[in-house]
Amino acid sequence: MHIGRRLFISGGIALAALTAMPRALLAGAWPEKAFSSTAANQAMIDLLGTDKTTPSDKVTMKAPEIAENGAVVPLKIKTSLENVESISIFVEKNPRPLAATVEILPGTLPEFSSRIKMRETSDVVVVVKTDSGLYSTSKEIKVTIGGCGG
Amino acid sequence: MASTIKVKAEVSGDVVEVKSLMLHPMETGTRKDADTGEVVAAHYITQLTFTHNGKLVMVANFSTAVSRDPYFSYKFKGGKVGDTLKVTWVDNTGETDEFETTIE
Repeated sequence: MHIGRRLFISGGIALAALTAMPRALLAGAWPEKAFSSTAANQAMIDLLGTDKTTPSDKVTMKAPEIAENGAVVPLKIKTSLENVESISIFVEKNPRPLAATVEILPGTLPEFSSRIKMRETSDVVVVVKTDSGLYSTSKEIKVTIGGCGG
Repeated sequence: MASTIKVKAEVSGDVVEVKSLMLHPMETGTRKDADTGEVVAAHYITQLTFTHNGKLVMVANFSTAVSRDPYFSYKFKGGKVGDTLKVTWVDNTGETDEFETTIE
């Protein structure tokens, strides 16, 4: 009898530990559906629930006007908006437009830099998700040599 | 084996600036091998995470459109000199690597 009771107790403790685990210890799942989407607006819908965003000058993207090599396009993204939950990059003319999506956790500043690939000249859209909605900025980046291989 | 991760974390005021570089091919799955003409299978980092003293501070989800040998930098508050920062990546084939550094 006491073995069953012990199992029950340890199971209960494990469950309590799991449910008590704060969000800050668990990374969200990789959003496979949005990453697989072949159209930018559908990728936005899959990732964020809608493709309607509000253009905002509080979202900035520093990027070259012309990227000679589409395999390496440096981007610096920043926002002065409050309560940011995520920042996502969509390259409209890439075969799969969603390039990256970054979770902004409590204490982390809503800005990052990285380097992406672009197949051809395209609008690049940055969408910032805050607790009050979706805000965006967009910029055309010209590509001399495409960077998706082929 | 040498780490695939290079990371530097420096405090300025109450903000830690993190700069990281991962060695990874980031194959799109559409590129053809120049010699054999065969398509090279997709092989790319899907998720990059950073934990500061055990607390998750950054989760970046990538597609094949992040450049080869991904560079990623960002900032977070609340870190101090001597704290640990752990970097972990996982890719679409299930490979993973991690590296722990100390904030300077």
